[in-house]
Amino acid sequence: MNYNWDWAVFFKSTGIGEEIYLHWFMSGLLWTLALSLCGWLIALLLGSLLGTMRTLPNRWLAGIGSAYVSLFRNVPLLVQLFVWYFLIPDILPESMQTWLKQDLSPEVSGFLIVTLCLGLFTAARVCEQVRTGIEALPRGQRQAAAALGLTTAQTYRRVLLPQAFRIVIPPLTSEFLNIIKNSSVASLVGLMELLAQTKQTGEFTANLFEAFTMATLIYFTVNMGVMFTMSRLERKLRVPGLIALGGK
Amino acid sequence: MIEIKNVSKWYGSFQVLKDCSTHVSKGEVVVVCGPSGSGKSTLIKCVNGLEAIQQGEILVNTTKVNDPKTNLPKLRSHVGMVFQHFELFPHLSITDNLCLAQVEVLGRGKEEAREKGLALLDRVGLKAHADKFPGQLSGGQQQRVAIARALAMGPYCMLFDEPTSALDPEMINEVLDVMVELAQEGMTMMVVTHEMGFARKVANRVIFMDQGQIIEDTTKEEFFGSPRSERAQQFLSKILHHCN
Repeated sequence: MNYNWDWAVFFKSTGIGEEIYLHWFMSGLLWTLALSLCGWLIALLLGSLLGTMRTLPNRWLAGIGSAYVSLFRNVPLLVQLFVWYFLIPDILPESMQTWLKQDLSPEVSGFLIVTLCLGLFTAARVCEQVRTGIEALPRGQRQAAAALGLTTAQTYRRVLLPQAFRIVIPPLTSEFLNIIKNSSVASLVGLMELLAQTKQTGEFTANLFEAFTMATLIYFTVNMGVMFTMSRLERKLRVPGLIALGGK
Repeated sequence: MIEIKNVSKWYGSFQVLKDCSTHVSKGEVVVVCGPSGSGKSTLIKCVNGLEAIQQGEILVNTTKVNDPKTNLPKLRSHVGMVFQHFELFPHLSITDNLCLAQVEVLGRGKEEAREKGLALLDRVGLKAHADKFPGQLSGGQQQRVAIARALAMGPYCMLFDEPTSALDPEMINEVLDVMVELAQEGMTMMVVTHEMGFARKVANRVIFMDQGQIIEDTTKEEFFGSPRSERAQQFLSKILHHCN
């Protein structure tokens, strides 16, 4: 292969003011982080709620949870994104359409839509993790809590969920990493996150290899950081005297 | 205190309890025994509504357990229960295990709950372990904590569901000692157990169950003297075989 590597490309001017290509990557990284973190917040809250619902004795609530999972887990992420981005806005009430399409800048409205899409998609997966975490607990825990007079809500809040979350930290870490990687689909609807900036740099400079090497390194570093943080969290929450709940 | 009237229960088409009737009076200790699968654990779990019944009626202190209008959490907070597998909450320290329901259910202050909890922990001989976690205690110690946890709620009766069945032999006595002491102090107790030594020592009545039915419901003296049913005689001869 005859390719002229040029790592200095990141420090070259983009031709816009003082800007260099590295700035594009930093701005892309910030969008990627914002999308992933906001999406993760939605996924974690909604997923925990749905996962809890799936384990409740109430059939209606459990049914809603499992219908949600069926819908959001069985349709490809890209299809979901295109539906949210291209179709849903057109069926919104007039006032909301005006707000989304005219009042907000395209960047912000795109960000909101992609965040929502990522959050709802990942919530289905978080839901299943949380559900399995709760179901992995001995039945007697629920009975013991009930026998002490705790209500169902108290039982979940104080007894079941604290244990279930400890069990599912490792799979939840995977989902967290997934949402960061999945946020790259935003590049397909014009949001200038990390992948979009990478492609743009490649096209402007013809230094595709350097650009994608940089993107790879950034995604890798961010995800390693998340893994490290989550395993520290896991250690911190470790229960003394217990292996099953992440103890030793 | 506890009235069980013509109670029947089905799991699908399988009938686990067949027209069971009995009672436990205030201050009485009633031991429920019988072969495995005879429905004794199911029966005791019906008393505080952990298992639903399809027919009959259960009253605890004149409150009807199987009435949809009954506030079950409130009723349960006054009925202590000890489980075969202890069921301490593994993510909470021993002290927090003792305090959780006192604070959440009874609305006691943290300090009051802690004092009460520690006093009971002392009573079961485990005060030194207050800051440990359940996983750091032996089975016998965990079960004693579980008893203290139930007592902390100030129950008017206690249900024991095979409290020593999951224990190593050398730990059984430390748990039975606590239970004997409780019985001698006048606690109303319904105890599912195979520990006939315990029954002999403190029980007022013994109930023998087989295949979902109450076959014998007699005084301890009569039960150990001459059980009327052949099934109970067989059962006794098998489990007393090694004790005598």
